Amino acid sequence: MRRLSGVNVTALVFGMAFLYLPIAVLVIYSFNASRLVAVWGGWSTHWYTELLNDAALIEAAIVSLRLALASATAATILGTLAALALTRFGRFRGRLAFAAMIYAPLVMPEVITGLSLLLLFVTVAVDRGFWTVAISHTTMAMCFVTVIVQSRLYDFDLSLEEAAADLGASPSRTFLSVTLPLVAPAVAAAWMLAFALSLDDLVIASFTTGPGTTTLPIRIYSEVRLGVKPEMNAVCSIMVAVVGVAVIIASLLAKLSGARGAARA
Amino acid sequence: MKRTRTSSGWRRFALGLPYVWLLAFFLVPFLIVLKISLSQTAVAQPPYMPVLDLMTGWPGLKAFFAALSLDNYRLLASDPLYVLSYVKSIEIAAFSTLILLALGYPIAYAIARAPRRWQAVLVLLVVLPFWTSLLIRIYSWMNILQREGPLNNLLATLHLVGEPPAWLATDTAIYIGVVYSYLPFMVLPLYAALEKLDESLIEAAADLGCPRWKIFWLVTLPLSSTGMLAGVLLCFIPIVGEFVIPDLLGGSESPMIGQTIWTEFFGNRDWPVASSVAIVLVCLLVTPIVIYQQQAMRVVGRD
Amino acid sequence: MTKRFGREAVVDQLSLDIYEGEFFALLGPSGCGKTTLLRLIAGFERPDAGHILLDGVDLAPVPPYRRPVNMMFQSYALFPHLSVEANIAFGLKQDRLSRREIATRIADMLAMVKLEGLGRRKPHELSGGQRQRVALARSLVKRPRVLLLDEPMAALDKKLRSDTQFELMALQRTLNLTFVIVTHDQSEAMTVADRIAVMDHGRLIQVAPAAEVYERPRSRWVADFVGDINLFQGRLGNDRLSVEGTPAGNLRAGLKPEADPGAIVWLAVRPEKIRISREQPALDAANCTSGTVVDIGYLGDMSIYKLRIRDGSMVRAAVANVGGAERPIGFDEQVWLSWPIEAATVLTY
Repeated sequence: MRRLSGVNVTALVFGMAFLYLPIAVLVIYSFNASRLVAVWGGWSTHWYTELLNDAALIEAAIVSLRLALASATAATILGTLAALALTRFGRFRGRLAFAAMIYAPLVMPEVITGLSLLLLFVTVAVDRGFWTVAISHTTMAMCFVTVIVQSRLYDFDLSLEEAAADLGASPSRTFLSVTLPLVAPAVAAAWMLAFALSLDDLVIASFTTGPGTTTLPIRIYSEVRLGVKPEMNAVCSIMVAVVGVAVIIASLLAKLSGARGAARA
Repeated sequence: MKRTRTSSGWRRFALGLPYVWLLAFFLVPFLIVLKISLSQTAVAQPPYMPVLDLMTGWPGLKAFFAALSLDNYRLLASDPLYVLSYVKSIEIAAFSTLILLALGYPIAYAIARAPRRWQAVLVLLVVLPFWTSLLIRIYSWMNILQREGPLNNLLATLHLVGEPPAWLATDTAIYIGVVYSYLPFMVLPLYAALEKLDESLIEAAADLGCPRWKIFWLVTLPLSSTGMLAGVLLCFIPIVGEFVIPDLLGGSESPMIGQTIWTEFFGNRDWPVASSVAIVLVCLLVTPIVIYQQQAMRVVGRD
Repeated sequence: MTKRFGREAVVDQLSLDIYEGEFFALLGPSGCGKTTLLRLIAGFERPDAGHILLDGVDLAPVPPYRRPVNMMFQSYALFPHLSVEANIAFGLKQDRLSRREIATRIADMLAMVKLEGLGRRKPHELSGGQRQRVALARSLVKRPRVLLLDEPMAALDKKLRSDTQFELMALQRTLNLTFVIVTHDQSEAMTVADRIAVMDHGRLIQVAPAAEVYERPRSRWVADFVGDINLFQGRLGNDRLSVEGTPAGNLRAGLKPEADPGAIVWLAVRPEKIRISREQPALDAANCTSGTVVDIGYLGDMSIYKLRIRDGSMVRAAVANVGGAERPIGFDEQVWLSWPIEAATVLTY
């Protein structure tokens, strides 16, 4: 049983503190009765109730959720297929170019991808709105999905797929009955990542959205660039809580299914 | 495996769908950006000219190409504002990447050396903030770094400063924001590389007479080099083009390149110039991007 | 058939006939191409040249999921997310059999491999031996024309291995299927197989029943690979029945080899054929020489003696420990070695 040295423990503690302190501060101040940060006015849920009255904000939240749902699902499908192609289809023509197109968006600054997609939509004279943002988010997220699913496909025991073929399953049947169920955790994790990326995105959405489609980050950004607002503290705290709970549930589920499949290849 | 009709139909679908998608929504837009960077602004819809209209036939095409020019690039070269912006972006990206490496390595190392059962939890804890919106986390730093905010309160209580300094609208704030946001991007690849490290190599080095620091320097560090490279590239390249962090935490005197593109586009409505700024940025980044792709492909390459 | 990986021919212009209903073994050292050959038959590799004919039909263009051939994988390759029953049913579902038929066949199979009652379990809840039986059941349930077994007993311990070998043989006889097994363990090949193909570097060296491979190996390499061998190099005598000038003197053989007098040949004798004695044996009926005991390996059921003969070469003799009153031969003793003339083979290469 390995024990952590003092140095390592210190590193971990400081690292975690650094990561979580700002969020903690945010949550604390969302309960600050006073509007001013300098003054602590006591505990209050005043700002949360204000939120419920902010119709525009709620609408933006709903738009963001629908967007995230659509683009996460599309990105997961496309990204999983791409991962399959990269790992299972051998050296096909254009593989290098394909892989280049997959890895480039991972590091490309968002202003560039946002700008290029907007110019595309303008060139083909498409009305910008919900669907253009959805397409843009899908494009950005599918690359992350590919990377995640691909690494799971690599750890995958190939003889399982050979066994399926040996027993009479065609390639698509093998994929659906054997490969997909076994990479499902990675696919699910990838879906969640795509969801989070879409929900969080500001830059690409700003470039590719149209009138009438305001996402939550766009809304929040327009408010906070002028300074700190207590209502925003409340919004953000809610989002943190939702994400936190979701991730914890997901990892518990992953642990449960992992325990059941203990002897996995 | 011999490809039958159904099997190659499936392969064509599985490969074709994402391929076509990426061609349409990644590659083609780039070409359009390139084209527009060679155009001029116009008070029209869309706000640039020339516009390619295939209906006009060959003479229209010739006129189209004639109207393209490198004026925008000349503007970029001549105006020190743009050059400064590029330089500043690369400078901030480089230094913050180094800081990230210095901070991220100990954390990744600590997680990799922790008991196996805890590793998953620790990784989760590191990644969790990443799932929370970047905007939110930067905004939380706005809270802290305000003139009347908790940081200054803390410093005042500890009698470390007299006059509460202004943290916001400084480069320091940008560094804090960048390091804070990109830490998971550095820790994860480092952890992945360190976790794969065969512990018996460390034991062998110790057995052969190396003290702890030497083991780290001669064995651990070189063997984690792929992780370091991945982490460095994963941070450096996007930081160069960052927008949200410098916009919310930084000052307005010397913008980073991401802000410049945004301003040109939304502020000045000068799409051609914004496009040329973007193209130059891509050219600057193309070397690290290709290095990253090659490195990533080395994993993909085994087939 | 030829199969190349890069420039190297892993299977090199190999031609082989396997008969219906036989238990056939591919035996050879690591890297000899036996597993590749098996995978070619299964359809996971495509030959660069040649055909694979099953009942006269060329299988080469047929993908693995359409071949009437099933494989039992070395790692068992059980689907971890499916139960034992579902694993076995997998292949039947691809054939679109009725649910009743599938259920019946599964029940029969579970009984045949003695896994009744474990149908609902998942692979990770089974022991290694049980998993092996599931893999076997899964590959047999489709009643393939040929069953391919890729080192099926590699992961089992010695006792289980020997039990499983006999079960496999019984199963093969009962079902009257053709089995092709790949193994690097020569005793396993000899136990289970009707005929053995000894392979090296992608080529067939000898294809024969076990007894013939063991007693009449084709070459020194086969003789050394399948069991232990003593080789005495010399020149073939004029009557082609004697080998002259060996370290053990002039020796006699029972069969005339395919070589000319004067050619360099080797007289090959298995260790268990050599008798060690303190008294000099009668010189007429046997080959004979003398030597000193240098080392003894005690294996319980037998002892392996290493002896140094006249010119310094080492000879191995295996003596069964039959008990008896006589004091066993010990270290450094001077002894006589002898073996019957018919017990040796003359090898020409």
